[in-house]
Amino acid sequence: MDLQTTIYLVVGASFALYIGIAIWARAGSTSEFYVAGGGVHPVMNGMATAADWMSAASFISMAGLIANMGYGGGLFLMGWTGGYVLLAMLLAPYLRKFGKFTVPQFIGDRFYSKSASTVAVICLLTASITYIIGQMTGVGVAFSRFLGVSSETGIYVGMGIVFLYAVFGGMKGITYTQVAQYVVLICAYIIPAIFISLHLTGNPIPQLGLGSNMSGTDTALLVRLDQVITDLGFGKYTTTTAGSTLNMFVYTMSLMIGTAGLPHVIMRFFTVPKVADARASAGWALVFIALLYTTAPAVAAMAKYNLHATVNTAVASGGDLYAPENSIKYDERPDWMKRWETTGLLKFEDKNGDGRIQYYNSATKNPDAKAKADAAGWNGNELTVNADIIVLANPEIALLPNWVIALVAAGGLAAALSTAAGLLMAISAAVSHDLIKGVFMPNISEKNELLAGKILMAVAIVISGWLGLNPPGFAAGTVALAFGIAASSLFPAIMMGIFSKKMNKEGAMAGMLAGLFITLFYVFAHKGIFFIKGTEYLGLIGGANSFFGITPEAFGAIGACVNFAVAFLVDKVTKEPPEHIQALVESVRVPRGAKAVDGAHI
Amino acid sequence: MNDQGKAYWSATLGLLGKILVIWFICSFGAGILFADALNSIKLGGYPLGFWFAHQGSIYIFIALIFFYAKKMGDIDRKFDVHED
Repeated sequence: MDLQTTIYLVVGASFALYIGIAIWARAGSTSEFYVAGGGVHPVMNGMATAADWMSAASFISMAGLIANMGYGGGLFLMGWTGGYVLLAMLLAPYLRKFGKFTVPQFIGDRFYSKSASTVAVICLLTASITYIIGQMTGVGVAFSRFLGVSSETGIYVGMGIVFLYAVFGGMKGITYTQVAQYVVLICAYIIPAIFISLHLTGNPIPQLGLGSNMSGTDTALLVRLDQVITDLGFGKYTTTTAGSTLNMFVYTMSLMIGTAGLPHVIMRFFTVPKVADARASAGWALVFIALLYTTAPAVAAMAKYNLHATVNTAVASGGDLYAPENSIKYDERPDWMKRWETTGLLKFEDKNGDGRIQYYNSATKNPDAKAKADAAGWNGNELTVNADIIVLANPEIALLPNWVIALVAAGGLAAALSTAAGLLMAISAAVSHDLIKGVFMPNISEKNELLAGKILMAVAIVISGWLGLNPPGFAAGTVALAFGIAASSLFPAIMMGIFSKKMNKEGAMAGMLAGLFITLFYVFAHKGIFFIKGTEYLGLIGGANSFFGITPEAFGAIGACVNFAVAFLVDKVTKEPPEHIQALVESVRVPRGAKAVDGAHI
Repeated sequence: MNDQGKAYWSATLGLLGKILVIWFICSFGAGILFADALNSIKLGGYPLGFWFAHQGSIYIFIALIFFYAKKMGDIDRKFDVHED
């Protein structure tokens, strides 16, 4: 059976499985539709949360970025897991005790003001739409390879499918469908990693393989990778940091507090049966997330090694990387390169006209590598590989069996679609329930509220798909921007709402707006106003990364500091919150008396 | 808030503080600020600082959450504010 047929079969089978489970589970559990996790074992709930959380950014994009960044890529690994510690300790149990269904509801009640809840909706929308732009980029990559079309066409097809998926929507909320999606996704991620780890190091566990010696040698995999890529003029894999130590520090912090501030993640902890469950379920979710996140660095390093070994035979044999016969001939390139060339995400340009592929860092500052490249007659790097294809292409690069390649395609689609659909539901809930019904039209009928939600989903998909055609970065980078926005706006407000009895509505609103504004100001300066290409205004802030070399993706932590500072200053000069709000905060801090969640809707 | 409530809250904050210190030392400390220094130590084929950034801190995060959930349960029972 040829590869393309196998891919259609496996992807088709995985979708049949999700729909089958949805239909099977629907009969008995309509009440569970929105109140996820009620009566479900915490372990199952953890898997479902993990499926919800791990998106195209985690599955498709992250390992590719780590492969490019090396050690510095660890900021994604630490940032997107460390936030669960904050979530479990600082927010989840208290929000569960509070017993409302959405983040704007909490903000509105705790800060006794509809305006505060409206500000929270604005923050939530900005973060979620940015997040979906990143997802659409990932969806585009997955569909372009799946259907063998350009990445633009992939995004158009993806927009249509995400819409159907989100409107059919219900299956999203059913825990067992998500458990199935998690299982498909994690198998798709780990099975190729096991094959590759076994092949390169003889150790089947990727987490250990990454720290092992190359098969049949005394050289550690990471040492050999360092040798090869520094020889080719790249930075050392195990030490290259992301910009600067300061940037890596604040970037990691942004992702961590962003994780704790992202509404669609927090929502899952609102609805567990007990306060004690809210604490432990974050732990279970992290266990299942960590399975992917500890495999990702192995995938990254091994894919990078295999990619170099594919185009330069001296990588595996240990010969001279610059000897002409060791670069492979373009005409004899492996089939997977041809397949990815159709998507436009892998490109070859024969700059020195020798018909062979030279893949190296031609902008290197390493004089040794530069001299060798010049002596060999290399005339610039000839191979461009989009970081977002690394994970999907990984099993093809390693020449694994067709069914493994097909499984990875199914996993990538599951990851991208489930999270995109979840975010769209969070957006439509925020606008239709918290904004339209809560603020503007309290008398709207339930039917019209639902309709408004569906229209909003369609609008959000069109906007994010359109922006996804010219994305502000790789999928994981764009998603990181979304985390920065959540970190700078929502996290501080929720945290002060719980840990400061005296924080008032003026302080919270001023803080959220200040944090959101300054972060967007810095991000839009680099990426364009509302991410529209050509509207960047770097001159105004004094050049790229002008704030102590901090990149826009990392700026959320700074925005959060501004948020806290502004909130405390404004709080000092305005009136204390009323007595009953202070009593409310005290009651939220104690687990006893937690009631079932109210305010669930749609 | 009564004395009992104050004591409960300060016990909670004490636990949070301790866990946050470990959380910070493992990720931001060992994984970022002191990674270069730790890289001279090898853990199998891993330089130690690199290991903390790419593997170690994640394992420690998991342990921290379960430790927190357990200790918090103990504190709840001690101050008799646990759920039924």
